Amino acid sequence: MSAHSHDGHLPHEPEKATLEGRNKILGFWLFLGAETVLFGTLFSAFLALRDQVLDGPTSQELFQLPLVALATGLLLTSSLTSVFATQALHMHKVKAMIWWLLVTVLLGLGFLGLEIYEFYHYVHEGHGFTTSAFSSSFYTLVGFHGAHVAFGIVWISLLIGQLAKKGLTVTTAPKAYVAGIYWHFIDVVWVFIFTVVYLMGKVG
Amino acid sequence: MAHGHAVKRYSGLMDWLTTVDHKKIGILYLIAGGFFFLVGGLEAILIRIQLWKPLNDFVSADTYNELLTMHGTTMIFLAAMPVIFALMNAIVPLQIGARDVAYPFVNAIGFWTFFFGAVLLNVSWFTGAAPDGGWTAYAPLSSTTFNGDHGFDYYVLGLQIAGIGTLVGGINFLVTIINMRAPGMTFMRMPMFTWSVFITSALILFAFPALTVGLAALMFDRVFDANFFDPSGGGNAVLWEHIFWIFGHPEVYILILPAFGVISEVVSTFSRKRLFGYSSMVFATILIGFLGFMVWAHHMFTTGLGPVANGLFSIATMLIAVPTGIKIFNWLFTLWGGSIKFTTANLFAVGFIPTFVMGGVTGVMLAAAPADFQYHDSYFVVAHFHYVIVGGLVLGLFSGLHYWWPKMFGRVLNEGLGKLTFWTFFIGFHLTFFVQHFLGLMGMPRRIWTYLDGLGFNEMNLISTIGALLMGLGTIFFLLNIVVTAFKPKNAANDPWEDGRTLEWTISSPAPEYNFKQTPLVRGYDAYWKEKMDGHTEMTPAEPLGSIHMPSPSILPLFMSIGLFITGLGLMYSHGEWGKIAGIEAGYVVGGIGLIITFTCMIIRSLVDDHGFHIEPEELQDKGVKA
Ligand code: HEM
Ligand SMILES: [Cu+2]
Repeated sequence: MSAHSHDGHLPHEPEKATLEGRNKILGFWLFLGAETVLFGTLFSAFLALRDQVLDGPTSQELFQLPLVALATGLLLTSSLTSVFATQALHMHKVKAMIWWLLVTVLLGLGFLGLEIYEFYHYVHEGHGFTTSAFSSSFYTLVGFHGAHVAFGIVWISLLIGQLAKKGLTVTTAPKAYVAGIYWHFIDVVWVFIFTVVYLMGKVG
Repeated sequence: MAHGHAVKRYSGLMDWLTTVDHKKIGILYLIAGGFFFLVGGLEAILIRIQLWKPLNDFVSADTYNELLTMHGTTMIFLAAMPVIFALMNAIVPLQIGARDVAYPFVNAIGFWTFFFGAVLLNVSWFTGAAPDGGWTAYAPLSSTTFNGDHGFDYYVLGLQIAGIGTLVGGINFLVTIINMRAPGMTFMRMPMFTWSVFITSALILFAFPALTVGLAALMFDRVFDANFFDPSGGGNAVLWEHIFWIFGHPEVYILILPAFGVISEVVSTFSRKRLFGYSSMVFATILIGFLGFMVWAHHMFTTGLGPVANGLFSIATMLIAVPTGIKIFNWLFTLWGGSIKFTTANLFAVGFIPTFVMGGVTGVMLAAAPADFQYHDSYFVVAHFHYVIVGGLVLGLFSGLHYWWPKMFGRVLNEGLGKLTFWTFFIGFHLTFFVQHFLGLMGMPRRIWTYLDGLGFNEMNLISTIGALLMGLGTIFFLLNIVVTAFKPKNAANDPWEDGRTLEWTISSPAPEYNFKQTPLVRGYDAYWKEKMDGHTEMTPAEPLGSIHMPSPSILPLFMSIGLFITGLGLMYSHGEWGKIAGIEAGYVVGGIGLIITFTCMIIRSLVDDHGFHIEPEELQDKGVKA
């Protein structure tokens, strides 16, 4: 396999050049299918429990849309920069790829920072994990997503290191490609969280 | 690709701990799953001894609840699932003409996480608190309010860890079957067992994440005082029922579909006939898988969802009987006019058909919502699901094990002992469970520790207990057979039944490390049979002889799973049981260490490329294996 890995001979779509690569990509799509069910179940639990606030603050009192909108902006932008990274992959431009991935990670960190600040703030308002069924299911759903972002940040950071060291090869390419899909997925989940948790929480 | 890489190859115990070979992983699954079958079986026998006469006090009520809960949980998650995975691993890559599964490394992770999850769950016996609220873990029975000890902590964490293994296993087989079929093996030429594994894997993919969430939520309730299912905190106990059964009903099809696959192979082989209605079989399997997701609330008819919901779920459930009926008729028509050989494998298959039909009939009875108010939570339900699970799945597994034993171990099981196994097990089974229908109709509730004299329950309970002992005897005959066979020479032919139809019978028994020296070219359904009919003795190769790339063994999957095990154990004891280390709960510290182990292994795996090694053509010649 290492015979293909000198940059000059890299095939057009290096992520799909080997059976391992194709397996990885297909398996990852399937894994995202499972993740969809996972988040679907978390959403259902949240929807079933979100009115049970007991003595804690309600979502209307709690949520501050400007902050959440800012976090949303950061995450959506990071999705765009991860597309640029994948495009760079297809043009075999390792440097540009690393650069765009770095931007993606930084934006992700920004998002995560805002989320941590947000949670910290909520706890001070009396909205702890154990306050009510609403709070438990809120932190579980949003926290699961946050954990996915954190995992993605660590993963992409490690990938940046590998790309810097090994360059773009038929083994690193599928990894980078798959990380891109993952990042989009958690972005899509966030769009649903923004709508179902925050917007609907403000309105209804 | 002439360059090989020096890879350390292990032998002995280290070989088994580091293997990524699907055939060895299949054997590991069989040993571990078989072991837990014995554990679950022993629990069942103890339950039956307690119930053999009224007002018995062989075990205490508390112990009874633990035995009952652990029996169900063990049988479903730690016995049936892994033995299915054993057959999947041992056979599917061979049936599609592949050299391995798509992710050999992940395959090993799947086994080890299952194994350590299973061990964690059973550790509960030794720490003095096995879970005791039923395998369905209904809230609030499973909450800290009513279950203050650690029993359900073991349940949620043990099953969570084992569940990871199942999920990655499912993804692995989906990708393997989609991407790695030999040339010419189109979807509509795939053997029925492979098809059923394909659909089962898809069900795993979409059902297990729901369980993941349910277990996580229950764990948060128990360990971190969340309020998902606790009404006093605004939680909703019925939510657990929904989440559990959205997973749970697909799970019963995850269990039964592979058995359907086994029966299709065995019946067709030993009737020396093409499977009747192959495409309708495929279609029926897909339809069952699809409908399986729309019927979960038939477990909740008495919860009070209202007549409209009950009506819809009732009809959806009865619909499943249609594709299931298609399958039954296809098996019968396959047998019809065939030159049937009643080998042990075929006896189990032929015994399966009427037994499973009986379970299906009681299923449709239960699916009638108004009638279910009478049957629900009675022994009638116990009879129903044992007819489908033992009379269906377990007979199917026995059939498959006798059929594929030579391919897995190179030795044919003794037919005399096999038939003895069948008859004792089969008669024991019907003795045990047939009478339970009537016990249920007469009003004996399920999950009950003992019963009063004079209710008319005595005789049938005694019969049931005798039957259970007979099933135990059948199992002992099977174990005896394994031991006796192990001492025989390893001389099974490539095609020991002589009527093999599919690719696994074209290679040596057991299959060589690389499965196929040359990838075979598939020219039709029942690929090997087709060649036989055309007068050939082997498959046409689809590629020239060349060096074969193999993945390297690795110890990381084992350590990753040990890490998860430590994490699970630590999390449970984070309420002061173990004191504090540097001001932090010792349980959390231990849990953290476990996670660090797991993540370190993941990072190592990600950073160090696995180049594998090559087996050169000369070595293939040495081993003298025909493709
Ligand atoms: C024609 C097909 C089937 C129908 C119509 C059917 C219907 C039902 C219904 C309505 C119940 C709920 C009974 C109650 O709790 O009152 C039930 C329970 C059950 N069924 Fe089936 N079933 C079918 C096939 C299967 C299969 C293939 C399996 C497993 C291999 C299975 C395993 C179970 C189990 C484990 C339970 C009991 C769960 C519990 O409450 O602990 N069923 N079935
Ligand atoms: Cu069901």
